[in-house]
Amino acid sequence: MTLNLTNTAKTYGDGTKALLPTSLNVDTGEIVSLLGPSGCGKTTLLRIIAGLETPDLGGKIWFDSDDVTDLPVERRQVGMVFQSYALFPNMSVRANIGYGLKMQKLPKSDIEARVSEVLEMCQLNDYSQRAVTALSGGQRQRVALARAIAPRPRLLLLDEPLSALDAALRETLRDELAILLRKFNITAIFVTHDQNEAMAIADRVAVMSEGEIVQSGTPEELYRNPNSTFVAGFVGSAMHLAGKINGSKLTLVGGELLLPSDGTGCEAFVRAENIQINKNGPLSGFVDAVTFLGTHYRVGVSGVVSETITSIFSGTKVPKLGEKVRLSVEPQSILLLPSKAQK
Amino acid sequence: MFKSKTKLLQLTVTLTACAFLLIPTLMSVLAGITVNYFKGVSSGLTFKWVLNVWELYADSIFLSLWLAIACLIVTLIIGLPAAYGLARHPGWLSRLLEEFISLPLAVPGLALALALLQLYGTLNGFRTSWTFILVGHVLYTLPFMVRSILAVLAAMDLKTLEEGAASLGASPWQRFRDIVVPNAMPGILAGALTVVTLSIGEFNLTWMLHTPYLKTLPVGLADSYASMRLEIASAYTLVFFILIVPLLMAMQWASARAQRISQ
Repeated sequence: MTLNLTNTAKTYGDGTKALLPTSLNVDTGEIVSLLGPSGCGKTTLLRIIAGLETPDLGGKIWFDSDDVTDLPVERRQVGMVFQSYALFPNMSVRANIGYGLKMQKLPKSDIEARVSEVLEMCQLNDYSQRAVTALSGGQRQRVALARAIAPRPRLLLLDEPLSALDAALRETLRDELAILLRKFNITAIFVTHDQNEAMAIADRVAVMSEGEIVQSGTPEELYRNPNSTFVAGFVGSAMHLAGKINGSKLTLVGGELLLPSDGTGCEAFVRAENIQINKNGPLSGFVDAVTFLGTHYRVGVSGVVSETITSIFSGTKVPKLGEKVRLSVEPQSILLLPSKAQK
Repeated sequence: MFKSKTKLLQLTVTLTACAFLLIPTLMSVLAGITVNYFKGVSSGLTFKWVLNVWELYADSIFLSLWLAIACLIVTLIIGLPAAYGLARHPGWLSRLLEEFISLPLAVPGLALALALLQLYGTLNGFRTSWTFILVGHVLYTLPFMVRSILAVLAAMDLKTLEEGAASLGASPWQRFRDIVVPNAMPGILAGALTVVTLSIGEFNLTWMLHTPYLKTLPVGLADSYASMRLEIASAYTLVFFILIVPLLMAMQWASARAQRISQ
């Protein structure tokens, strides 16, 4: 199913603009992530698509060629996975998963067959008769997903589906979720504030900030060609090289760098993996943090710009704390973005 | 040595307190099955008085049971949607309403009864019917029902649960039936037992509202103390205990269960 959303905004009673007029297209089978910091309107947008919030007048929501703007949630045929899972504590795992099918008034045998199929798909067979209160966080998350997809919804919506889990489990389930979503072969939108999650799961990421979608594209596009300082910072944590730009020359506290092109009216950003520790580098600073991360070190260097910048170091002879180091940055790895003031 | 002395002291205090509470009760019950109370237990034991109570006051027993059931039904019909509404729309207005419903707890039963008499006392058919007492009982027991259900509902994320059910295609009524009511059940049970127990035991209000033809169990008890032999009144106490103690125990159990859930 394709989702088409035009001019959709949400203003709350007290005048807060949670969502500015937004348009969004999601193709059949596409998995799109709404990524942004808390309060950026991503959950509001998801809830509008689900039918749990009414958009301001003028907004239109289309599922294929059906205008669903005025349909209540129970008639939109969406599957929803909530942050807290919202499993029904009064029902067993089986009954939870079968509830949507029961609402469709399917014959008992069909419900049983479909529930068994979904249990199988989500590897929940061993838990089907359990009370939902007797499940672990990861199992609950799968039950919530199974319950949402069992009625074969037109669109699957996931609101921070992994954020209630602890860090170690989150990473495992992230990959598991990515595989499951593709196995279901369903159009899905999921909300997250975690860029790694968005990149790992989604075909396309829509980055949101202050009530609007600022950029939408594949994870690679967003990472390599961010269109704003916000996206560069939020996706892949690019660091701001705050200094004076003169033509294609950037003057920083700790030295000078060449820019890939004329940077007038722009700001320069760079990612940690593009900063090399190089004894012939044009920048100099002092090591003030070294973190060993197994495959590489993260080295914090101060004195290059006003804040500490981080470099990824993958050799073994890591510089010591307080040591003076020289850094180099390839011009083509510097991101030149229009400065905020001009936007 | 010190430890055992403290223990001894504790035990003595506990036993004394129990005796203080239990002995009058036991004496009263014993009086109800003694042939002649003034001669003492040596005059023999009998169920005559209990039978006498049954002959004289069976109507009161049935009226009380009937009133309790009617009161339960009415408080459920009003209380469940009220608690649901209050839980779904938290805010100052809901708090205010909750306090307002709870007002009869703070006002003496006599005052409540007086207000009812002033307002409806002249409506003859109503004044002399059992429904008049029912209104009093509902007013008095409703806050217990509402609060008991509200405590359980407030402890869960009702809004999200309902949204979950809605996203699966459940209409508002189906959500209420499948999600709200089953999950509120511990609160409903605790509230129901409280309402029945209070309704059966209520005296203050009922004494003001009753007519000679409508004596509830406690009103009948007062009547028997005032106008019957002490043995009959005591046997009445025994009957009262038999009815109310199991209810009281069930209520304790249900409340403890509901409280566990709402924590």
